[in-house]
Amino acid sequence: MIGADAVPGLTTVQQSYLLQARQMQALSFMVHIPLVCFGIAFPTLILFLEWRYLRTGDELFKTLARRWTKVLVTLFVAGVVTGTILSFEMGLLWPAFTSTFGSVFGLGFAIEGFSFFLEAIFIGIYVYGWDRLAPRLHFLSGVPIAVAGVLGSLMVITVNGWMNHPQGFTLVDGKVTDAHPFQALFANSYFWHELVHMYLAGYMVTGFLVAGCYAVGRLRGRWGRYERIALSVPLTAAAVASPLQVLVGDWAARDVATNQPIKLAALEGLGPTTSGAPVHLLGWYTNGHVEYGIEIPRLLSLLAFHNINATVQGLNSFPAEDQPPVNVVRFAFQTMVGIGSLLALLAVIVLLVRWRRGRLPSTLWFYRALVLAGPASVVALIAGWVTTEVGRQPWVVYKVMRTNQAVTGAGGIPVSYGLLALAYLVLLIALGWALRRLAKTPLPASDPVPPTAPLTADEPVVG
Amino acid sequence: MLATIVLLFILAGLALYTVLGGADFGAGLWQLSAGRGPRARTIRDHAHHSMAPVWEANHVWLIFALTVAWTAFPAVVGAVASTLTIPLSIAGLGIIARGIAYALQSATEVPHERRVIDTVFALSSILTPYMLGSTLGAIASGRVPIGNAAGNLVTSWLNPTSILCGALAVAVGAFLAAVYLAADARRLGAGELQRAFRARSLAAGVAAGALAVAGLIVVHHDAERIYRGLTSGWGLAAVIVSALAGLTTLALVWGNRFQLARASAALAVVAILLGWAAAQRPIVLPGLTLRQAAAPHDTLIALIISVVLGGLILAPSLGLLFHLVLAGNLDPTHQPTVPLTPPSARHAPRSGRLAQLAIGCLLVGLVLLTLADPDAAHIVGVIALLTAAVLGFAAVAPDQTTLDDAPPR
Repeated sequence: MIGADAVPGLTTVQQSYLLQARQMQALSFMVHIPLVCFGIAFPTLILFLEWRYLRTGDELFKTLARRWTKVLVTLFVAGVVTGTILSFEMGLLWPAFTSTFGSVFGLGFAIEGFSFFLEAIFIGIYVYGWDRLAPRLHFLSGVPIAVAGVLGSLMVITVNGWMNHPQGFTLVDGKVTDAHPFQALFANSYFWHELVHMYLAGYMVTGFLVAGCYAVGRLRGRWGRYERIALSVPLTAAAVASPLQVLVGDWAARDVATNQPIKLAALEGLGPTTSGAPVHLLGWYTNGHVEYGIEIPRLLSLLAFHNINATVQGLNSFPAEDQPPVNVVRFAFQTMVGIGSLLALLAVIVLLVRWRRGRLPSTLWFYRALVLAGPASVVALIAGWVTTEVGRQPWVVYKVMRTNQAVTGAGGIPVSYGLLALAYLVLLIALGWALRRLAKTPLPASDPVPPTAPLTADEPVVG
Repeated sequence: MLATIVLLFILAGLALYTVLGGADFGAGLWQLSAGRGPRARTIRDHAHHSMAPVWEANHVWLIFALTVAWTAFPAVVGAVASTLTIPLSIAGLGIIARGIAYALQSATEVPHERRVIDTVFALSSILTPYMLGSTLGAIASGRVPIGNAAGNLVTSWLNPTSILCGALAVAVGAFLAAVYLAADARRLGAGELQRAFRARSLAAGVAAGALAVAGLIVVHHDAERIYRGLTSGWGLAAVIVSALAGLTTLALVWGNRFQLARASAALAVVAILLGWAAAQRPIVLPGLTLRQAAAPHDTLIALIISVVLGGLILAPSLGLLFHLVLAGNLDPTHQPTVPLTPPSARHAPRSGRLAQLAIGCLLVGLVLLTLADPDAAHIVGVIALLTAAVLGFAAVAPDQTTLDDAPPR
């Protein structure tokens, strides 16, 4: 185990506002990451609709795809802005991290920059090409957007995988003397579960949020063919992704158990190293054990190592200064797992009703649950990232560089934090307002299926 | 050698950001100065519509330059970002404000809402390039020492060279935007707009030229090393090219030859940037040469390979975008040439069959990912699960299910 002063050549920076710097980074990330989900999944859903339009000639699909395209571009602009801020913060908040390890991990972001570029170029063509390019050409111009969305998240996640499982460099006196970026980023076995987990999360968040908007419409009586398809397409995407997410999440936890035993111990609040370790639901971690939790004996050993008697390393076997804040990590993890399980249940209901009855569920309770599922999926998404990021603390590069060695030496973090929070508040309000405006735009008169109810001021966010 | 190649990539990124993104900032400035009334409205709308399809792509150049810089010259980025935290934070806030205003511009037509949005957009269009320009000024005048926030947090960017570079960045953007917008107006056949932006091009061109000359005087007193670089060798050549291209642009604009003016205006601006780089070399930050600042050999190689491969994909894509924009194919007035002829209905696979396949893949994935331990099994398992998702989606056929749905309640 490498202790604080055993890390060679890296000095701890004098920064009284380390926690605020971390919160600022977390805030920027929380605003950006739901937009990433839309970058991953929304283009594919829109392309599916446009493909159906090309195959059937049914104007309804085109109307829907066009309206979603406007939503996509609005979200993309917000994504460009928040993504630029994140790349600024790599230098502004963590200059020592960037200047020490930029040569190792930077390539991932450079390639991500390219995919971002590709996305931006083809979004320009796709959005402004509706009705101006030949239909098939227009469809093709959308394909790179979907590909780039996936490629971009792959790149960012390779960097995150590297921070959790660093390799591919030699550190001498705090300086990287030898770097192999391709090996560091892509030969790393640790990022694949993160990528698949995030990819499915993208479909869940996008699917449940978009479907949730039309569920609001349904509860208010707007339920024509247009609204049904607009609800059904994203809902189906989320419904097939959610049950799989349970399996992928289990895989991710097993990888964490092998590679980051401290994180696993923090997830479960396991103090002493235990053979046949239990899982605790809920409760509070204090003094090396979970109080008021519901204990399920031997489950942790079974889940993590496929053996009910396996030994799981506890937090007590690590020095206190190497432990993450256990309750934050544990609470975030339980939130993610809890919401994820409920969403998977909702998804199974959708699939079963479709299979047995050949239609969408008809009870109002289902649509009420669906309205909540969107925001809940965002909460689960953020909780999941809190789990992995806070769970890595106190390290920025796992067991190599501590977060307090990475932070900027410049003052004024509380000021910029306050300003950023304010700017993001305005951004979110503006985004909500812009999306409502888009939703209020009436459907084109030539549309063969007009909405069943008149459009009112209380429109859903996505229209 | 490798470091120089990567530096050229960064300079190319910065140059493109200046001539494309800079013009976008400039368009924002013209929106502010348009005044009020219906004529001002057309000027603002023209500025917005011209920039809209290329807006996102133009701004990714900054991210490109930044990510390549922190990969190849990480210590420089760390030093610059920590010492110049104030102007860079303000630029970041400006970028947020611009993004907000831009996203909202197409969402409303209510006059007083538009006025607020346009003002925010225009102010941030001035603030952001000013701050980015002053950052370059700080580097040029040697005010960013190596280390984590080792320089003065205020005077590093509030000094004659920085202020001048900031002002120059704003003026250059305004000049480029006016020239491009005049050219676009000519393509759209909007005579009055063309005259309006012709006048603005001439005014902004003279202002940018005056600032550039003033810049030489300022660096003579404030950044002696850069002055010597700009008055000899490659630096001097770049200054001369820039001056000639600038004068040529003014002449072309005067004669309503806007397409050529686009190119010469961009050349004038790029030459300034290259001149600075030539004058600055080989020292990046005080006491740090380009070679010392560079990342290890393998990183530079990997980066060059990635940029070249990325460029092979990117260049034709960008070419397509600018071709479509400049040929007017993405203008609001353009009509499609080919109507849609949907193919005759094809027999789709049965839902039940797809569902069976999906469940089969799900079971395979479950066994290989969840129960088996080897990595190879996990890979196949993940593929099986993703296949199950696609087949499941197809089996549900969400574009059809809703047809036989029961009425509400």
